[in-house]
Amino acid sequence: MSVRLGARDVSRAFGPVRANEGVSVEIRAGTVHAVVGENGAGKTTLMRILYGLDQPDSGTVVINDQPVRLRGPADGIGHGIGLVPQELAMIGSLTLLENLVLGTEPRSGPRIDWARARGEAEELASRVGVELPWTALADNVSISVRQQVEILRALRRGADVLILDEPTAALAPAQVDDLLRLLRGLREAGRTVVFISHKVDEVLAVADEITVLRGGKVITTRPVGDLDRTSLIELIVGQQVGFTGFVPSAVTGDEVLTVAGSVSLSVRAGEIVGVAGIAGSGQDELVERVVGLRPPDGRITLAGQDISTLPVDRRRAAGLGYISGDRRSEGLSMDASLADNTIAGTHRTLGRHGWLKPSAVRAYAKRVLDGYSVRYGRTTAVARTLSGGNQQRVVIGRELDRDPKLLVAAGPTRGVDVLGMTYIHDKLRALRDNGSGVLLVSEQLDELLDLSDRIIVLHGGRVAGEVPGGPASRTAIGTLMLGRTPS
Amino acid sequence: MTVSMLGGLLMSALLLWTPLALAALGGLLHRVSGVVNIGLEGQMLTGALVGAVVSGATGDWALGVLAAGAAGGLIGLLMSLCITRLGANEIIAGLGFTIVLSGLIGYLLRSVFDVSGTLRVAGLDPLPRILGLDPLFWLTIIFVPLIGWSLRNTVAGLRLRATGDGFDAANALGLPANGIRDIAGTLAGVFAGIAGSHLVLGQVGLFNENMVAGRGFIALAAFYFGRARPLPTALACLLFAVFDAAQARLQTAGVPAQLIQTLPYVVVIAVLTATAVRGVRGRVRRAG
Repeated sequence: MSVRLGARDVSRAFGPVRANEGVSVEIRAGTVHAVVGENGAGKTTLMRILYGLDQPDSGTVVINDQPVRLRGPADGIGHGIGLVPQELAMIGSLTLLENLVLGTEPRSGPRIDWARARGEAEELASRVGVELPWTALADNVSISVRQQVEILRALRRGADVLILDEPTAALAPAQVDDLLRLLRGLREAGRTVVFISHKVDEVLAVADEITVLRGGKVITTRPVGDLDRTSLIELIVGQQVGFTGFVPSAVTGDEVLTVAGSVSLSVRAGEIVGVAGIAGSGQDELVERVVGLRPPDGRITLAGQDISTLPVDRRRAAGLGYISGDRRSEGLSMDASLADNTIAGTHRTLGRHGWLKPSAVRAYAKRVLDGYSVRYGRTTAVARTLSGGNQQRVVIGRELDRDPKLLVAAGPTRGVDVLGMTYIHDKLRALRDNGSGVLLVSEQLDELLDLSDRIIVLHGGRVAGEVPGGPASRTAIGTLMLGRTPS
Repeated sequence: MTVSMLGGLLMSALLLWTPLALAALGGLLHRVSGVVNIGLEGQMLTGALVGAVVSGATGDWALGVLAAGAAGGLIGLLMSLCITRLGANEIIAGLGFTIVLSGLIGYLLRSVFDVSGTLRVAGLDPLPRILGLDPLFWLTIIFVPLIGWSLRNTVAGLRLRATGDGFDAANALGLPANGIRDIAGTLAGVFAGIAGSHLVLGQVGLFNENMVAGRGFIALAAFYFGRARPLPTALACLLFAVFDAAQARLQTAGVPAQLIQTLPYVVVIAVLTATAVRGVRGRVRRAG
């Protein structure tokens, strides 16, 4: 088999950071090749070089067994390489069909030949086995659908190698399955797929070969059959990972949270209560009602106090902490400094008469950031400059340091790599063991099973049932999530 | 009120509607490309002067209109280049151009034409009438559906919309997003320039430095109200034009003229406020 796309001894440094060091990979035609590694392992740099967006300091890109110099993305496209970036280039006010043909419209005179455009779209979609609502606006469809259109657009522009950069980062589990099916469809249609990810389960499910990057170097490339979950994680992380697994709570105390309404539940002190359900089953509404972002539909109490009508800041003052599932818009102010982000909500204690005391702000921020192992330069750097995993640590540090009576954690490890995830899990358990209650909402079943003492399963906006935490509940949850009764 | 009075009101409303709708359609194209054009006022004023002078010099209304369009287009292009290439703020650039142009024109009137404010051009050729209304009216009437259709169904229309809503995405797909904006800005200037010439050649027959009287800004309000869709934008212009025509008639009824003259502007504020209130109510508010 020939090498459709590859790198030979590629190195690339940004200042003192060696993003890629002597990297060689060979991606064979007609295969799904996964490139895996932790955040900062050099995956994205390598992909940018393979696509022509960036040039290596030394070494060369290989296309069809020949060394090639790519001067820009136009060269990459010319060689049939397409990139599906993490930030999709889709325009919300245009229909999917308009997005698909934009820039390469089939025309008759100045007019767009919509009939032909529609025909091409249907033909492309059926070739990879998807069906798309072509007349819907891109704003009104899920990320997963937009991503499929982006993939078809690359194909339409002549790509037969598709590079997907962390395509599953923003997808719900069911959507991930759809994407993986589409990738298999591409392979069957003879296309080559390069799949960048740090999620081992997805990689193992779809890849033919796996290249592991760590610290800018290739650790190994192996066929998927030679690897299992544990060995792959160890290769990625470079050490044995101490998964704590399920540890039930030792002591539980009084109720710190009670919710009555369309969803009724309670959380005791020293207890993690998980909330499971397929996306859109009422998790978001529950979280927003507890936190105070949505009007309540019943009584909510926090440590015995009725907070149903209190605004968000009064609830926080009463002992509520909140890790938002939407880090970019709710969790952090991306353009504010790390110090400002860290002190938000606590700032009144760090000054006098409405004036902040800069030394106190700095000291507080440093203590929290260092305490939660955030990798940062200065406290004045803006949040946007940190990696996703580090940003999440800032949120977690801010919320946990206040020692909340109740922590609402919505997708606390979304977009976080393996080591970051184990770290966050340990912190959540420590918070519980310290006597706080945690309401944990997650799309990841493993996370819920590992962390929760009890799991409430939602279906259609109602409680479908409750199961104990631990690996034994997996099938029962799956059944309840679909609205059926476990036998 | 008699039928003939109503008919007269309607005819003068349509006359007043033409320059407003033309400028608004130009601003709409620019808006769709992603730029709010505050410079329509100055471009209209320039078009009015150039239209008057060229029509007078050549004795041909069509040449006057074309020259007004060219002058407006040139200014529109310059303004767009300031925004797209020099990174100027669109609000500042638009206001700046309007202020500079009105100052420059006032100076030209006094220094070159030796008049203070009002210029009577000898041999000015007014617009002819087709079925009782001038050619620019019929042109504007055709433009309303034509622009709507073109935005939906032509390559240019799709790319214009794409640039407006997804500038970075359009660039990433290899479209010259800045160039597309320049074209839209030039077109907006051409439309506004022709609209200005209509004030002189289709309405009053002379040039006055205050004759645009905020119509460029009313046009701006119109395409805002119409959410950059041609038909609602044209209807918003018609609403203003009807009240503008009515105030001219009411002045003979004994109400103070200064008060009556504010009527069309008050209507615009009322309509914009109503639209905004409806928009706020309609929005799903997470915070409740």
